[in-house]
Amino acid sequence: MKLEGEVRIPSGCAIAAVISREGKGITGDVIYNAMKPMHDRSNGLGGGFAAYGIYPEYRDLYAFHIFFDHRSTRKECEAYLKERFEIVKGELIPTRKIPEITNEPIIWRYFCAPLGSMVASEQVDESEFVARTVMKINTEMKGAYVFSSGKNMGCFKAVGYPEDVGVFYKLEEYEGYSWTAHGRYPTNTPGWWGGAHPFSLLDSSIVHNGEISSYDANRRFIEMFGYKCTLQTDTEVITYILDYLLRRQGLTMEEAASVIAAPFWSTINAKPEKEKERLTFLRQVFPSLLITGPFSIVYGWNGGLMALNDRLKLRSMITAEKDDKVFIASEEAAVRVMEPDAENFYAPAGGEPVIVRVKEGKF
Amino acid sequence: MKDHFIYPEFEVVRNDNRCIQCRVCERQCANEVHSFDPERGIMLSDETKCVNCQRCVSLCPTRALKIVKSDCRLRENANWADDTIKEIYKQANSGGVLLSSMGNPKPLPVYWDKILINASQVTNPPIDPLREPMETKVFLGKKPEKIKRNEDGELVTETTPQLELSMPVMFSAMSYGSISYNAHASLARAATELGICYNTGEGGLHEDFYIYGPNTVVQVASGRFGVHKDYLEAAAAVEIKMGQGAKPGIGGHLPGAKIVGDVSKTRMIPEGSDAISPAPHHDIYSIEDLRQLVYSLKEATEYKKPVIVKVAAVHNIAAIASGIARSGADIIAIDGFRGGTGAAPTRIRDNVGIPIELALASVDQRLRDEGIRNNVSLVVGGSVRSAADVVKAVALGADAVYVATAALLAMGCHLCRTCQSGKCNWGIATQRPELVKRLNPDMGSRRLVNLMDAWRHEIKELMGGMGINSIESLRGNRLMLRGVGLTDKELEILGISHAGE
Amino acid sequence: MKRVFVNEDWCLGCHLCEYNCAYANSGLSDMVKALKGKDIFPRIHIEETDGITYAVSCRHCKDPLCVKSCIAGAISIEDGTVKIDKTKCVGCLTCVLVCPYGAVAAGPEGAAQKCELCLANSCGSPACVKGCPNNAIVYEER
Repeated sequence: MKLEGEVRIPSGCAIAAVISREGKGITGDVIYNAMKPMHDRSNGLGGGFAAYGIYPEYRDLYAFHIFFDHRSTRKECEAYLKERFEIVKGELIPTRKIPEITNEPIIWRYFCAPLGSMVASEQVDESEFVARTVMKINTEMKGAYVFSSGKNMGCFKAVGYPEDVGVFYKLEEYEGYSWTAHGRYPTNTPGWWGGAHPFSLLDSSIVHNGEISSYDANRRFIEMFGYKCTLQTDTEVITYILDYLLRRQGLTMEEAASVIAAPFWSTINAKPEKEKERLTFLRQVFPSLLITGPFSIVYGWNGGLMALNDRLKLRSMITAEKDDKVFIASEEAAVRVMEPDAENFYAPAGGEPVIVRVKEGKF
Repeated sequence: MKDHFIYPEFEVVRNDNRCIQCRVCERQCANEVHSFDPERGIMLSDETKCVNCQRCVSLCPTRALKIVKSDCRLRENANWADDTIKEIYKQANSGGVLLSSMGNPKPLPVYWDKILINASQVTNPPIDPLREPMETKVFLGKKPEKIKRNEDGELVTETTPQLELSMPVMFSAMSYGSISYNAHASLARAATELGICYNTGEGGLHEDFYIYGPNTVVQVASGRFGVHKDYLEAAAAVEIKMGQGAKPGIGGHLPGAKIVGDVSKTRMIPEGSDAISPAPHHDIYSIEDLRQLVYSLKEATEYKKPVIVKVAAVHNIAAIASGIARSGADIIAIDGFRGGTGAAPTRIRDNVGIPIELALASVDQRLRDEGIRNNVSLVVGGSVRSAADVVKAVALGADAVYVATAALLAMGCHLCRTCQSGKCNWGIATQRPELVKRLNPDMGSRRLVNLMDAWRHEIKELMGGMGINSIESLRGNRLMLRGVGLTDKELEILGISHAGE
Repeated sequence: MKRVFVNEDWCLGCHLCEYNCAYANSGLSDMVKALKGKDIFPRIHIEETDGITYAVSCRHCKDPLCVKSCIAGAISIEDGTVKIDKTKCVGCLTCVLVCPYGAVAAGPEGAAQKCELCLANSCGSPACVKGCPNNAIVYEER
């Protein structure tokens, strides 16, 4: 049977997220418990979390979370990393043995800083240097897979139900200002842990529910710019698209949303002249990055979250608030678990981004 | 010396029980097949002149006529087919190059028919175009590599010129001269009503049609017929014709008999002179020369119009396209070996060039591999026969398609493939006034609009089935295609999986 | 009132209108049965000269000379349509003489006949218009 990446596996899903605008710490059990009422939206073949603000003591270092098939792969990968980075710390990611999660690979994390000389010799900026390293390991080093590579953030994922994955990774011991969660319902067995979500590159992470119909149009376009879609998942390609639009093209979050969930031409034509020009321009310039088919995504980065639905709103997604916290989930039930007294429940329209930022200086 | 007799290809079958001797067939046949014998009071047929254009069949009010393939055959021979032998007789009779019209009719593989389209089931929903918006608008032209902002941080929204089409289809080049005034009028009016473009071909633009300029692509071919500043300025885009699918490696040929009146004036050449375009552009012997012509045309039009470079699909098409993409062209048009023509040497039409499906797939992939796919838009033609072919072409990577044969059929063409005779009974490929008037542009343009409306609906249905609600998300989306009965090599070139994979 | 108009630019001179007219006014349901082996008496006919062809039929004039000149009172105007009552016609053919368009002619039985827009036959609207292959004949308000 083919593994994830060798074949495209459509999935249904559950997503949830929480963020504190004040940058206050939230422990991981809050988010993994939120996944419990949405148990039926997953089928035990993938669950995961992204957490922001969890490594304050290493905030200026890139935190690589890596799966290894074998000890020897780790040695090989470490040797490669050392050529390019100064590794400040490398350790096993703590887990607990539970019957629900089995067959785990070797799971390590490294806190490291790129070697300035190497960055200079490749004539790219630091983030591009890190991204290339990740891409290189993931495409060329068999048995090693970097599933998290940002600063002061981390992804945790496994084959299993998301609430069990949370327990497995002892997420209640981490405190972050922002969390996203994902439960997966793939239509066949992904085979390995790297296929679980969130998908992450540098400090951006994506959880996604849907199956996009534009996949290959998006993939073949984005691969022109050095990205390699090794997993063949929607989440992976959406992450790369956002990385390209936000980091490489310098679009704002709102502009990026107008590219991937572009308003219909009829809507654009009804806008005031300036807005119309702007939206037309974005659709004209990035037609291949329009995403069609159902999706609800939560995009996370250092300092914020963006929730976005496809332009027809073919997937459920709801937002709510309580004090400094904002909640996002596929179902209201998940929000109620996180905060029984949540208010201002709102279902964003198709293509309408909901962007939440932590106050400046609070993360 | 006496010519070998070649038995007529067709038989006119007249049902005398039905024939009312209204003589419509006689009046409508420019080939003079039918005649009336007043002495015996019967209709007669001279089958040697019949080209099977079906004009008489279509107009016979009592359906008394049919044209059938003659069953008078030479002795069967798997190696020497009937046509092959007859072509030898013709050449032995005349000593000439055989001429043909329209596209390659040989039984070579049609890859469109070996590609199947996907639809959504369970994991994501199909979208119903009757209930949800479904978009087919495309912009052709170079896309900027990097977006720019002004001092206030606002997006700079100016782009290089883009050609806006309401659907990813254009009517491809057919010159005034090769087809009639009324055919051009029909195409121009239909393109305008549809929000797409038609293409003048290499014969210039009749002054009556300048008003359709915003929906006109004007062509600059090796003969430079009818090219002047106003002509370039009238258009929405300028196309440099390097080659055409039906006859790669040679230029257009229009016999002097068709260079009459306005055709001569529009082409800016004397009446009755043969319009033989040179095989190459004599100012383009290499890719760097092409760049100069591209920029000459851009200078002449003040960088306001996209420049299209049209080439025939030939063996090395991916490398050629890559060169064109770096030569300043905004759009590359590729014409496959099944593309039609008003006249071409038979041997060239039937044996030169490659299928558009393979050319498109390899060009699109090559431009992506080189990271320059965004430099150009890709338009493909050469027998795009239906909405399904359009969808397959877009999914393989085309930004839009060119259709000509389908447009001619809509206007009445019955593919008799004798355009070169100039006696088109349907008023299309002719300059004889009594024949030209047979194509009423009110009807011609209406039928073209109908055809494209129908295709647009079908494209939307097919897209909706795939769960795609905008054509942008179909472009290059090869995962939506599967091959049937194709070899591994063919699948590899097409960049698609086999059905069942 | 809708009338039949002909656009000379598109008239091909194919004469189909004549046959469609004769058939429509034959009262028969099969064109072959109606027209085969017979002389036809269409109410529209093609004028042709020097490559110009033009289908001619009754204009349904507002103040028709034929109505004024009919000695038998057989021609009348009904809702704008000029009609001939065959039972009253005496076959003097004065109407043929006075019609400036040449749109009236003698029918097979000698009575005068002309286009009555197929309103009274089974066609219901002008058969020449329906059958014109090039939309040269139209039926419209002008």
